[in-house]
Amino acid sequence: MKPAPFKYIAASSLDHALSLKAEHGDEARFLAGGQSLVPAMNFRLARPAVVIDINGLDDLAGIDHGPTIRVGALTRYCALEQDNGFLRSCPLFADALPHIAHPQIRNRGTIGGNLSHADPASELPAVAVAMEARMRLKSAGGERQLATSEFFQGSLTTDLAADEMLVDVEFPALPPLSGSCFMEVARRRGDFAIAGVAAIVTLDTEGRYAKVRLALCGVGETPFDASEAAASLIGEPCTDRPIKAAAAAIQAAIEPAGNVHASADYQRHLAGVLAQRAIRTAYQRAANAA
Amino acid sequence: MTTRFFGAPVKRNEDRKLLTGQALFIDDVELPGMLHAAFLRSQAAHARIARIDVSRALQRPGVVAVYTADDYGDYWQRGPLLVPPPPIPGSVFNLRTQVPLAKDKVRHVGEPLAVVVAESRYIAEDALDDIDVDLEPLPAVIDLEAALRPGSALVHDDLGSNVSAHVHQSKGDYRAAAANAHLVIKRRFAYEHGISSTIETRGVVAHWEARSQHMTIWDTTQAPVFVRNGLAAVLGLGERQVRVIAPFVGGGFGPKIMMFYPEEVALPWISMRLNRPVKWIEDRLEHFFATTHERGQIHDAEIAVAHDGRILGVKDVFLHDGGAYDPYGLTVPINSQCTLLGPYVVPAYDSTFTAVFTNLPIVTPYRGAGRQHGVFVIERLLDLAAHELNIDPAEIRRRNLIPADAFPYKNGIIYQDFSVLEYDSGNYEPVLDQALQAIDYSGFRQEQEKLRAQGRHVGIGIACYVEGTGIGPYEGAKVQVQANGKVSVATGIGTQGQGHFTSFAQIVADQLGVDVTDVDIVTGDTDQFYWGAGTFASRGAVVAGNAVNEASRAVRQKALKLASDAFECAEEDLVLADGKISIVGIPEKFLSLGELARRANPMRGAVKPGTEPGLESTQYFGPPSGATANGVHAMIVEVDPDTFDIRILKYVVVHDCGTVINPLILEGQIHGGVAQGIGNAFYEKLVFDDQGQLLNASLADYLLPTALDVPRMQLGHTVTPSPLNPLGIKGAGEAGAIPVGPLFAQAIEDALQLKEKNVELLEIPLSPSRIFELIKASVP
Amino acid sequence: MQPDRHEISVSVNGTPYRRSIESRMLLSDFLRHDLLLAGTHVGCEHGVCGACTVLLDGAPIRSCLMLAVQANGHELSTIEGLASNAGELSPVQKAMHDHHGLQCGYCTPGILMTMTAFLKQNPQPSEDEVREVLSGNLCRCTGYQHIVDAMMAAAQAMRAAAP
Ligand SMILES: Cc1cc2nc3c(=O)[nH]c(=O)nc-3n(C[C@H](O)[C@H](O)[C@H](O)COP(=O)(O)OP(=O)(O)OC[C@H]3O[C@@H](n4cnc5c(N)ncnc54)[C@H](O)[C@@H]3O)c2cc1C
Ligand code: FES
Ligand code: FES
Repeated sequence: MKPAPFKYIAASSLDHALSLKAEHGDEARFLAGGQSLVPAMNFRLARPAVVIDINGLDDLAGIDHGPTIRVGALTRYCALEQDNGFLRSCPLFADALPHIAHPQIRNRGTIGGNLSHADPASELPAVAVAMEARMRLKSAGGERQLATSEFFQGSLTTDLAADEMLVDVEFPALPPLSGSCFMEVARRRGDFAIAGVAAIVTLDTEGRYAKVRLALCGVGETPFDASEAAASLIGEPCTDRPIKAAAAAIQAAIEPAGNVHASADYQRHLAGVLAQRAIRTAYQRAANAA
Repeated sequence: MTTRFFGAPVKRNEDRKLLTGQALFIDDVELPGMLHAAFLRSQAAHARIARIDVSRALQRPGVVAVYTADDYGDYWQRGPLLVPPPPIPGSVFNLRTQVPLAKDKVRHVGEPLAVVVAESRYIAEDALDDIDVDLEPLPAVIDLEAALRPGSALVHDDLGSNVSAHVHQSKGDYRAAAANAHLVIKRRFAYEHGISSTIETRGVVAHWEARSQHMTIWDTTQAPVFVRNGLAAVLGLGERQVRVIAPFVGGGFGPKIMMFYPEEVALPWISMRLNRPVKWIEDRLEHFFATTHERGQIHDAEIAVAHDGRILGVKDVFLHDGGAYDPYGLTVPINSQCTLLGPYVVPAYDSTFTAVFTNLPIVTPYRGAGRQHGVFVIERLLDLAAHELNIDPAEIRRRNLIPADAFPYKNGIIYQDFSVLEYDSGNYEPVLDQALQAIDYSGFRQEQEKLRAQGRHVGIGIACYVEGTGIGPYEGAKVQVQANGKVSVATGIGTQGQGHFTSFAQIVADQLGVDVTDVDIVTGDTDQFYWGAGTFASRGAVVAGNAVNEASRAVRQKALKLASDAFECAEEDLVLADGKISIVGIPEKFLSLGELARRANPMRGAVKPGTEPGLESTQYFGPPSGATANGVHAMIVEVDPDTFDIRILKYVVVHDCGTVINPLILEGQIHGGVAQGIGNAFYEKLVFDDQGQLLNASLADYLLPTALDVPRMQLGHTVTPSPLNPLGIKGAGEAGAIPVGPLFAQAIEDALQLKEKNVELLEIPLSPSRIFELIKASVP
Repeated sequence: MQPDRHEISVSVNGTPYRRSIESRMLLSDFLRHDLLLAGTHVGCEHGVCGACTVLLDGAPIRSCLMLAVQANGHELSTIEGLASNAGELSPVQKAMHDHHGLQCGYCTPGILMTMTAFLKQNPQPSEDEVREVLSGNLCRCTGYQHIVDAMMAAAQAMRAAAP
């Protein structure tokens, strides 16, 4: 399990990286944390002719705490975990990050690599969907910003063009009276999710649901935005019946495929169980915040 | 002899090297001019080989050679039959052993087709892509029942069927037992065992030195002496020309005894051809196909019981998946057949199995070696009977245990070591009692009520087992006192973490009155010790340990004799302690062992007739038959009723493996065994599609339990020494892994009150998804 | 295609090394076969088993998932650097010996490196925390219990020794 030969170039600047990518296109891959790319190369499932190492691009790493929270693509999981301000403004990450692999992998893996890799069973794409994140893509020719629904196109597929790089991700601040929760079921700690749910609940002053953002991982080709399926909650109080109805709507909307660890029916069942649990916990947290 | 070390929790001699990164593992062998091999492996489970063209690969810079089966010429020979089938009347055994490189046909995914030799492993892997292979696919034989139907595709065309073996054994009259029974329960059970998945994969380094006409082979084998003898024969060399070294080996658990793996055959031959050292290290992907597995059996079993739960008889008909070849004879299924009887009185037993060839990797013993399958069947049958008869699961087991006064207990059927299955010694009820007490069995039932009222789903399981250990033929040991007073010990077995460097040293240290750290053990180097069988069937400590003991005793006698001559006193007046021999009461008058060793090799004078020079001895030990260990595991588990995920709240093991050499090492063996048992019961599953493709060939998807999945275990033990060896020890290597499957099934059924829902867990491995599916299927 | 080679400088356990390597060389192979620091083990080459864990600038990482060329200019620590120059075992090594935390010892290098870094930052861990961190290192032999015991003891020893 050794990688096939390739040409390695350590990018010296963002422009350098983008011009290299423009030159080599699909033949080239950016190397961020390497925690998905290098295993794929070791199995020879990925055989890039050119590897553009972006780890030297310090400008790409870091967290901007403005009115929206902007996270550079090269920010590593461990940096996110250690930034209490960030975890307070984006509490879904506090729940989700510990589910991603193990400390040794979180010391290398990056948010940009994770989202660009677009593994549908990964936690962060669902978190990004729930948080209505916006991804900034740059190429030598220009830049554009995409909503998650535009960015995630399929399993391991994004809208990134052959010459583009994901440079940062913007997370809008949560409205007041909001609470959130991420939970998942995986076979072992650190494994990819069999099913996972990211929920953000915003309450009105009466304690009713004013807004519900809900996204699932593991149960389809892309992270699944279940906010519409859960919209029946809006205006309801936190009682069992509407939560169960929302969960049933979500179960009806998803199309899990099953895998070596779980049947499709079990995944659908879990989606319902986890949606209910996550909504309840998010609601509680919102109520506590109030 | 004082027993300062024997029985004490002595810390291990081998740790320092391992903890500082100085131990030599196979991939640490670096030789000047060394080449690297990579194997081209079949992508298809069953196919005819139309063409292999290696010409492009040979042109790649850095590639030195590429070989296919045709290049082997006469060297191309099938592997040997490792364990001949025991002489059971009427049994059928069709021998088809593995081939060194596939010729004409491939029979499982991963079977090697060609080998590339290059300047680096990286280049060798590049060149695999350059080989053009034409495979004409054939229907794959995967399903055990379909494999036996007329018209099925054939794994071995010349055989006319896919039957590898068919064996019937019985004792008593099952038919009469069933006719007189209060209740007969019949079920189908499916038990799959997984792969050893040692953290170190396999590897071979071969170094032919033309000048000295000598071959050195480093091999991650558990049986170096057999490997030397076999390879010397096929290479046309004398055994003295071949040295096999099993260096530090990163876990064995059975599959590392298999031989000859195609890579073991290829590397020495390549080294001779190219006159350069060659290395092959199995990568993790290869490990899933190239190292042997243990897999599934399907049992149609029934139990006949009296109204009080006493077993009147058991009948079992089962299919065993043997994979593409059967070099291991009947070992695995016959272990299932024999171990099913467990610690229980089973007056009538009627058992038939058919071992089936499939287009899947070869099945050979992996820790437990088929015992798990049998234990699952009997333990589940008892649970079902207990439920029907409304008897407590622990109580039904107690009622059936073999009584303490019945040993040695003959079980009437023939075991893998060719002898009639006989339990040498045992006292089973106290083991059960201790386990029930440790898990607080009666207290738990009340607690369970309370927790259920709070909506928590907790359940308890209890499972018993016996384990045949320490079988022959023999092992030997050479114990030698060196002039510096240190003791060197060599044995022929290999060691893979079992602590032999320490447990054997403890035996020697007591006999020779030296410190454990002054005893240096060499294992697994055929130049250091010539004879032996290997580390398998929980036999290392029993068989080699007793040989070490015999040899140390002989050295002790020699030392005392020499000293009594020197001091001109009787041997009874001497004390041997702290590395010296002195006269009782006159400690200042002594001879050190080192000095005695020097005197045992005098510069002048003649060695007396009938004596040998040197303070050393080589002794062998062969037990008449295997020693039977036993134990009980108990577990309390909590199940999430919605996700079906589990949490183990308490885990208890009580076992009896005779006299204990080192309780610390023994604990480690049990812990590790249970962890593998948990993996087998709930995490590890080889998922093949109907074309024989393994769908989860990575450690990300073949789930080894982590530190969060294996609970803290509480251990207890009782000691019933084995009468079959002077040290009284029984093996303990496999015990931890054996009864975990039925324990999980029982505890999860209890936690979710599945019996009340007519859901029965009759298969292993389980998983949250599988439990969900079984419950769903039972709801109409 | 000509092999793509690069000149790199790294420091391993305080010793500087300068080597020319092919870009595809994995850091694990570089340490083991180029620098002959074979104490770091390789069990899977896809990031799961943890045997290859080393410290990169003090933080544990998988050396099988990093290219050697990426280590240029960085400091690495491996199992060979844990004991003192005089050969005295570190508290984590010693606790592993005392508690029989290793059997075949193949997983041990990764466990020592992971836990050495962890205990430095978390001098008073709970058993659950130890198990959580340890869950990124697979051991097939020990069932983990003695390793966990060793880590709890090592933490205590390190606290006792701290000024
Ligand atoms: C044992 C193990 C367990 C894991 N478990 C989980 C888990 O439970 N959940 C989970 O989510 N992940 C898991 N991962 C994957 C891990 O999270 C990866 O870190 C992540 O998926 C990729 O991030 P990276 O920075 O390592 O990207 P890389 O591996 O460097 O790159 C991944 C892909 O994205 C591209 N890329 C990287 N950065 C950019 C960019 N800025 N713009 C455009 N393209 C880019 C690369 O070219 C490559 O194709 C696991 C990994 C391992 C080894
Ligand atoms: S070898 Fe790197 S994690 Fe297994
Ligand atoms: S001690 Fe063998 S793998 Fe851990």
